[in-house]
Amino acid sequence: MASVTLSGVRKIYHEGVEQVAVHEVSLGVKDGEFVVLVGPSGCGKSTTLRMIAGLESISAGTVKIGDRVVNDVPPKARDIAMVFQNYALYPHMTVRENLGFALKLRNMSAADINDRVKAAAATLGLEDYLDRKPRQLSGGQRQRVALGRAIVRQPQVFLFDEPLSNLDAQMRVSMRREIARLHQELKVTMIYVTHDQVEAMTLGDRIVVMNKGHVMQIDTPLNLYEKPKNRFVAGFIGNPAMNFANGTVEGGGPSRFVAEGGDWEINLPQRVASRLSGARGKAITMGIRPEDVTIVAGPRAAAATASARLDLVESLGNETFIYASAGKHDVTARVSPQSLPPIGSKIFLGFDLEKAHFFDAVSGERIG
Amino acid sequence: MSRTNPRFVGGTATEHYRPGALGGPAGGRGRVDSALTRRRISQVVVYALLIIGALIALLPMMWMLSASFMPTGEASTYPPHFLPSRITFSHYRELFTRLNLGRYLFNSALIAFTVTGLSLVINSMAGYAFAKLRFRGRDRAFRILSLGLVLPVQVAMLPLFLLMKNLHLINTYWGVIIPGMASIFGIFLIRQYALSIPDDMLDAARIDGASELRIYWSVVVPGILPILATLAIWTFLATWNDFMWPLIVLSDEAHYTLPVALANLSGEHVMDTELMMAGSVLTVIPVLAVFLFLQRYYIQGVMAGSVKG
Repeated sequence: MASVTLSGVRKIYHEGVEQVAVHEVSLGVKDGEFVVLVGPSGCGKSTTLRMIAGLESISAGTVKIGDRVVNDVPPKARDIAMVFQNYALYPHMTVRENLGFALKLRNMSAADINDRVKAAAATLGLEDYLDRKPRQLSGGQRQRVALGRAIVRQPQVFLFDEPLSNLDAQMRVSMRREIARLHQELKVTMIYVTHDQVEAMTLGDRIVVMNKGHVMQIDTPLNLYEKPKNRFVAGFIGNPAMNFANGTVEGGGPSRFVAEGGDWEINLPQRVASRLSGARGKAITMGIRPEDVTIVAGPRAAAATASARLDLVESLGNETFIYASAGKHDVTARVSPQSLPPIGSKIFLGFDLEKAHFFDAVSGERIG
Repeated sequence: MSRTNPRFVGGTATEHYRPGALGGPAGGRGRVDSALTRRRISQVVVYALLIIGALIALLPMMWMLSASFMPTGEASTYPPHFLPSRITFSHYRELFTRLNLGRYLFNSALIAFTVTGLSLVINSMAGYAFAKLRFRGRDRAFRILSLGLVLPVQVAMLPLFLLMKNLHLINTYWGVIIPGMASIFGIFLIRQYALSIPDDMLDAARIDGASELRIYWSVVVPGILPILATLAIWTFLATWNDFMWPLIVLSDEAHYTLPVALANLSGEHVMDTELMMAGSVLTVIPVLAVFLFLQRYYIQGVMAGSVKG
């Protein structure tokens, strides 16, 4: 087991023009920690992981595994194991041979290889498939073999590159549990790349949110959700996504948030207004999560309301998503099941402003 | 023909039970029948043409085989005989006893097997490297190499001859083997096939601790076997049948390959057609054997691009 430390790591591709894929990423992964790199496609998360693995060269900065700088150490000497999105099993080898390949390369005795393969197969429920070829297995079983191939090596660090993306929804949930269980059992450092925020939130001790090659925020799942550092993180984490409205804070006495276009004005409670005192008159973005928006009877039923038109209702049984337009702003609300007026009706939305987030409209950074 | 009949009948059946055809208006049945007849006729024509084509292609081969068993002079009689009046093995005996054919057979086999073996290794390594390894100037080098595909072989013969002369390889087996050890076409073929190997699989092997050579041998080669078989057949055929280059390089009769020796034979024995045909039969047999042995993989290799999945 080992910690992983990235200091000012950059990746620049020179393909005709210079293209920076990863900008100065600094990250410390503690021994035994489960860290998830998450972000949209092309954000540099996989490149960062591949630099840790040694599959991509590092343009600047250092990567340390334990106390050793591994910038120029080949992948096989880094004592890591990696699980790939498309399984990357050797198609001409049986499951047993796939699992034992790395051990064979280390010149381990046949008996030792057999013991480790059997133990890994037992952990993952693969005992009955040891003599099958990968093409005779389902997607979930193949990914189990890929996991097993990582486990048998007993590496210092596990790396996962979107390992569940090729699986169907049901299998994804069960494999997610499997990976979480493995982490609990093995207590090994794990770094996991995904674009799926549910995987990130459920698996990670800490999450690194990346965008366009930059680290946006590194924090625990709950902190990311409750205190996003910037508008990107606020919008990326949470499903349905946070509602945003650009506007300004106005008013000499009681402060009001006036949405762009003047469609709605919301009186801000004193506590919130004091947090925003520095931003008075400036362009800001208010963000509010769907569960902090409710449907209320009328403008006086709650402290902060806006009138809106009901556009769409999605009932999921245990909860209902409501899509409405308040002026030119689209608002999503997550409410408990209830009887609702017909589509197209005028409704009133109530906002729990204590839980609202405010960001600088230009830089996107959190205010207050 | 027995193989074609069931397909023919099958086609009829699907035509008859097509729901739209049955439920159509009164005139529908007649239209279906006439369409069916047209289709039958066109199939008969296609098969007839194929059979005629196959016969035209096979006839010289059959005659070659037949003439090799004819008594001396019978192949040149008029009107020509298709089958021997009396079967004789004397020409085969003569080839091996008086004309030293065993030696030429050995030379051809030695050169063809060596070239095939070495070219498989070199072409597959180069093709894989061009497809999957990252190095500076890779794509440019490959483009320049591909230009060589359009050059006729004959253009390179004189410079190649001078090169071999300077290397003192004229009149040696190596003079024939070395130019055949790598081919642009072979590299191109392997590269196109190797492009479909997933990068992640190679990366997984790197992380598993395999060296680049080990990855090539344990992960890449098993994955490109069909195309290797295809390339093996093509290289073996081309080397075995090659006449021009061995003729240029080999001057000592002890080094002659079969096609060169055979051409010499026709020069020495102008009238002995039967002997020539016996020599030709012996030349063709190994090639046919290699093809039959590898054809299963060969077809897989040829189909590879279209039905990958």
